[in-house]
Amino acid sequence: MSVNRRLVRAIVSKELREFRRNRTLAAGMAIIPLVFSVQPLISVFALTSSASGPLRHEHVLLYMLGIPALVPSLVASYSIVGEREQGTLEPLLTTPIRREELLLGKALATFLPAIAVAYGVFALFLVCVGVFAKPGVASALIRPSDLLAQVVFTPLLAGCSIWIAIVISTRFNDVRVAQQLSTVASLPAVALAVLVALNVIQPSLRTAILAAVILLVLNRIGWRVASLMFDRERLITGTKS
Amino acid sequence: MTDEGTGISSSPALSANGLGKRFGSRVAFDDVSFEIGYGEVFGFLGPNGAGKTTTVRTLGTLLTPTAGSATVAGLPLIPDNGVEIRRRISIMPESPGLYLRLTVLENLQCFADLYEVSAARDRIDQALQAVHLTERAHDTCGSLSKGLKQRVALARALLNDPQVLFLDEPTSGLDPVAAREVHELIDGLRQRGVTIFLTTHRLDEAERLCDRVAILNTTLRTVGRPDQLRDELFARTLNVRTVSPLSNPADVFLGVESVSGWREDGPSTYVLTVTDPALAAPGVTRALVKADADVLSISVSHHSLEDVYLELIDVPAGLS
Ligand SMILES: Nc1ncnc2c1ncn2[C@@H]1O[C@H](COP(=O)(O)OP(=O)(O)OP(=O)(O)O)[C@@H](O)[C@H]1O
Ligand SMILES: [Mg+2]
Repeated sequence: MSVNRRLVRAIVSKELREFRRNRTLAAGMAIIPLVFSVQPLISVFALTSSASGPLRHEHVLLYMLGIPALVPSLVASYSIVGEREQGTLEPLLTTPIRREELLLGKALATFLPAIAVAYGVFALFLVCVGVFAKPGVASALIRPSDLLAQVVFTPLLAGCSIWIAIVISTRFNDVRVAQQLSTVASLPAVALAVLVALNVIQPSLRTAILAAVILLVLNRIGWRVASLMFDRERLITGTKS
Repeated sequence: MTDEGTGISSSPALSANGLGKRFGSRVAFDDVSFEIGYGEVFGFLGPNGAGKTTTVRTLGTLLTPTAGSATVAGLPLIPDNGVEIRRRISIMPESPGLYLRLTVLENLQCFADLYEVSAARDRIDQALQAVHLTERAHDTCGSLSKGLKQRVALARALLNDPQVLFLDEPTSGLDPVAAREVHELIDGLRQRGVTIFLTTHRLDEAERLCDRVAILNTTLRTVGRPDQLRDELFARTLNVRTVSPLSNPADVFLGVESVSGWREDGPSTYVLTVTDPALAAPGVTRALVKADADVLSISVSHHSLEDVYLELIDVPAGLS
C-alpha cells in the first residue's frame, strides 16, 4: 500500500500541536525519564575508582533503554481512545485518510518526541557521568559497544512500545485503562533492559543483532496488526461517543 | 424518476435501495429507499431515535449497512469505494468534534490537508467567511461558544467543495440570526449544485429549505415535496365564520362550484371541503351574501409540514 505523505504529515503536525498544549501528557513524558535516570546516576556517583574494574563487564548504560520502552506508551495509548473521548474521531474518519495512514501519523507523532526525550536524557546522563563520577568510572562505563546498542535499540524499543499502546488504544473505551494497560505491556521490555544492564542476561553481538532484527520485524507487524484491529464501525458506535 | 427539484444529471447524487442497519437485535433504520438528484436539498425528518444519524453515518461510509444497497456521489456504497466516496462528500456530524486545544485555523488546516485541498489557505478563508468566523480564526476552539463551534464544524465540511454534503442537525443550538445565516448558506450551496442531505427536527427549516423531505421513523413513512405531502394528506378546506348561525347551511354551500362537502365546527363556524380554494372562496362569498348572512371571515385553512409530520410518525397516544 502506498502511503499518502500529506495525510500522514497532517496528522503528525496536528498531534504535535495538541501535544505541546496538553500539559498532563507533556509532564508525564518528562517525569518518567527523570525518575528513570536518578537512581542509576546516584549509584554511579557512589562508585569508587576501584570499582571501575568489574564495571567493564557490566552494561549499566543499557538500563537507560527503559526510557524509550516506557515513555511513548503513555502518549501512544491516548492516541485513538483520546480522539474518541473528545468526539473528534468521527470527523476524522469522514475524511479520505486510510486507517494505515492515520495510525502511522499517530505513531510518528509519538515516536519523534519520545526519541528526542530518550536521546536527550541519555546524553545528559553521559555528561553527568563524565563530569561528576570518580576518575576511571566514566571510561569503564561508557564503552562504544554499549553506546551503539543504546543508539540502535532506542528507536526500535520505542516503536514496539508505541504499536502495542496503539493496539490497546483502539480496543479500549477508557483513557486511563488504556494508559495503564500500555504501561504494563511495556514492562517486559523494561525488565529485559534491566536484566541485561545487571548482567543477569549476558549479551553477545549475535544476540544483539538477533534482537534488533526481531524488534524491526515486530515494528512492521505492529503497524499491520494495529491497522487490522482498527475497526471503524466499533470505534464510531462503541459505548463512548 | 423525474421530479421537479431533482437536478441536472440523470444519475442520482445519492440513492438508497432497501437500505437498513441493525445493531445486534436493535433496528436503527430499515428498508429505506430514495433517490436524490444533484443540486437537490433533501430533508430527512424524524423523531429522536428514528435512525437519521445512523443513516447519515451509513451513507457516509462510517458504518456498513446490514441490508440493501446505495450509491453515494455516483459511486456504489461498498468498502472498496470508501476513500473515493469520502473524497467527494463531507459530513457535518451531530456534535462538532473539534480539537479544542487548537485554534479555529489549525483545525481547518488539518482537515484541508486531510482532504488534500489545493490552495488550502484561500479555501480556509472562504469557508471562514461563509460562516462569518474570520475574526475568530486565531481563537482556540475550546474558547468558543456552542454555536460558534457548530459553525467551525460547518466551515470544516465546506473545505473539500463536496458534491454531497450531509448536515446532521446543522442549526440545533444556533440563535435565530445564526440559523438564518446557515439557511442562506444552504441556499447558496444549492445554487452551486451541491446536493444537501439535511437532517433536522425543525419543520419550518425543512419546509423553507428542502426541495423534498422524507419522514423517517425507523422505516420511511413518506417522501415528497412539502406542499405535495400537505395536499396528499389533508383535503383542502375553507373556514367560514358568520355572526349568527346560518338557518340552512347545506343550501348555501352545496350549490357552489368546487365545494364538495361541509360540516359545522362550533356555532356559526363551518368547514368546507373544496377542490380549489381559489374558485370556491368567491362563490361561497356570493352565496353567503345572497343568503343574507353576516360574514365574519372566510379563510383557506393552512396545514403546515408539522401537521403532516405528526400525522405520519404515529405520535404515541395522549400526545396528539
Ligand atoms: N451504537 C449503537 N448501538 C446500538 N444501538 C444504536 C447505536 N447507535 C444508534 N443506535 C440506535 O439506533 C436508533 C437510531 O439512532 P440514531 O442516532 O440514528 O437516531 P436519530 O434519528 O439520529 O435521533 P436524534 O434525533 O435523537 O439524533 C436508536 O434507537 C439508537 O438507540
Ligand atoms: Mg441524530
